[in-house]
Amino acid sequence: MSTFTEAPPPLTPTAPEQKPPRKRGRWTPYWLLLPGILWLVVFFAAPMVYQASTSVQTGSLEEGYKVTWHFVTYWDAVSEYWPQFLRSVAYAASATVLCLLLGYPLAYLIAFRAGRWRNLIMILVIAPFFTSFLIRTLAWKTILADGGPVVGALNTLHVLDVTGWLGWTSGDRVLATPLAVVCGLTYNFLPFMILPLYTSLERIDGRLHEAAGDLYAKPSTVFRKVTFPLSMPGVVSGTLLTFIPATGDYVNASLLGSADTGMIGNVIQSQFLRVLDYPTAAALSFVLMAAILAMVTFYIRKSGTEDLV
Amino acid sequence: MTTNTTKNQKAATDGGGDVRLAGITKTYGSFTAVHPLDLTVPQGSFFALLGASGCGKTTTLRMIAGLEEPSGGTVHLGDQDVTALPPYKRPVNTVFQSYALFPHLDIYENVAFGLRRRGIKSVKKQVGEMLDLVQLGEQARKKPHQLSGGQQQRVAVARALINHPKVLLLDEPLGALDLKLRRQMQLELKRIQTEVGITFVHVTHDQEEAMTMADQVAVMNAGRVEQLGAPADLYENPRTTFVANFLGTSNLIEAEVDTRSGDDVVVKAAGDKLVLPGARCSAPAKAGGKVLVGVRPEKISLTHADDAGAIPEGRNRITGRIANTSFIGVSTQYVVDCAACPEFEVYAQNIDRDPRLAPGAEVVLHWSPAHTFGLDAAQDIDAGVAEGEAA
Repeated sequence: MSTFTEAPPPLTPTAPEQKPPRKRGRWTPYWLLLPGILWLVVFFAAPMVYQASTSVQTGSLEEGYKVTWHFVTYWDAVSEYWPQFLRSVAYAASATVLCLLLGYPLAYLIAFRAGRWRNLIMILVIAPFFTSFLIRTLAWKTILADGGPVVGALNTLHVLDVTGWLGWTSGDRVLATPLAVVCGLTYNFLPFMILPLYTSLERIDGRLHEAAGDLYAKPSTVFRKVTFPLSMPGVVSGTLLTFIPATGDYVNASLLGSADTGMIGNVIQSQFLRVLDYPTAAALSFVLMAAILAMVTFYIRKSGTEDLV
Repeated sequence: MTTNTTKNQKAATDGGGDVRLAGITKTYGSFTAVHPLDLTVPQGSFFALLGASGCGKTTTLRMIAGLEEPSGGTVHLGDQDVTALPPYKRPVNTVFQSYALFPHLDIYENVAFGLRRRGIKSVKKQVGEMLDLVQLGEQARKKPHQLSGGQQQRVAVARALINHPKVLLLDEPLGALDLKLRRQMQLELKRIQTEVGITFVHVTHDQEEAMTMADQVAVMNAGRVEQLGAPADLYENPRTTFVANFLGTSNLIEAEVDTRSGDDVVVKAAGDKLVLPGARCSAPAKAGGKVLVGVRPEKISLTHADDAGAIPEGRNRITGRIANTSFIGVSTQYVVDCAACPEFEVYAQNIDRDPRLAPGAEVVLHWSPAHTFGLDAAQDIDAGVAEGEAA
């Protein structure tokens, strides 16, 4: 009552208009961007330009190289090494599919069922990164060694007969076959699949599952109609993070494969470091980059997750 | 919608669509969320489960939906025992607290979800009708995040109702809306319920919401139903202090039974004699026994002590001094300090305001004995006060 009778304090006019203070923070965002931009210019843009010019040079190591706009290098490189290109895409795609099949259930488990084990399983997923990529790949050489327990088991179970018939293995060997390379790629890139899948699954509101169940969807339908569609961003980023580096990889093919399983990464590596044919190596690199870009663009369009990039 | 309405009513009459909970209970470890509970929700009624957070109302609702497995007891829908059925096999749909709309589907597909899961191919007509019922025909192709809270709420209702469930469960469906929209949606939901004739079970902590919308209200407290009845009956005849304090405000006075005269009980409270109808006294009224005498603040008239002679005979009277007043437009709320009750609340309509009724004034509070109720004194006099304020 008392508060009601009291008149509200009149709005006192504010102090006389002051000059608006100079905006000091205007340049701050640009200063903060600077280190990153410099880094990109020095270590990404400059090498790209340098490689682009290398790819259209002619000459030899002794006489030096000159830019002669020799675009034929591209044609020659592709027509000579297209089998390795195709192999790279096939191996990387197989490894990506395997990663998805192995990684999705695991990510699902961690996101929805792991409970207090969640952190432990996450650490186990990331733990391989504590060891060098090379050592891990070399370990697979031991695992898949001729006459080793894995090959023995696969042989007893007649799995090698099937894979041999498919052309993935040859005879009693797993090592030095496409299967070994794909296994190595799958193993090495699996965490890159699991982490984005986990992130997008974990974000799904559990009540959506309840709502779908309430609306007559049985558990398998809930997964098909709600969980999986909502995890699509994770599926897309996971497959990209696996497929892109796997396509350009050469370590797995050189350690676990043979001359017949060479990927485009192996060709580029040997052109640069052994044959010393820099223009061809540079041209191959650009073709690979363009091919990956084209495939990824197509994939993202198809999967309808443009908002991801 | 008219054809659907008749269809539903027909389905209702042949199966018998009551929701019957028999001895249903839920425990989590050593904590009992819901004590064994028997409850029948009549077919076609708008039923509210009202209580403060943590009273077990949502758990009860989730057990009807099948989202929570009861620790004991059974759930019947009509003649069918659904206790063991998973949610997707129950003819029950839920409007979730946060709506839980599918963010990857547009409004149309959200609403069509249940029909499609039951293998119904041509959903266009039904979805169109349902969207019209909730006035969202224009928004069919929008995604949920493009709609306002109120619109999302209506989609959630439409998505559940389109399946013509035997029971529609609403879990605090209006909790996220602002006050004005909430009032509007309360009327809207009531309209829809009347139109489709489906049983609604509505969980809420808002007593006004429950009273506005429901035909029957069950007031829950600490996993038990305190009292069940029509809103006006609950309000006028609370049987426990919790209900008296949680539903609106009550002035409770500790008193001693003096005599019984005919149908009335005469009690003494701090020297004043009060009369209440025996029928409204839920405590045993033995001479010398203790009772809590209650009266709602709006039933009381306030007269300045100087005019005490003008008060008609036969009314209950208590004298006191005004401690505080607050003017809230349609009414003025007074807090009066009396010997029998230190903070007696009185709401007076602002028809003719007596300027003498200011803090410090000596006053007489008087009300009709018929507006007085009696409660068992062996309860916490303040039960439900804090919960009522929080809600």
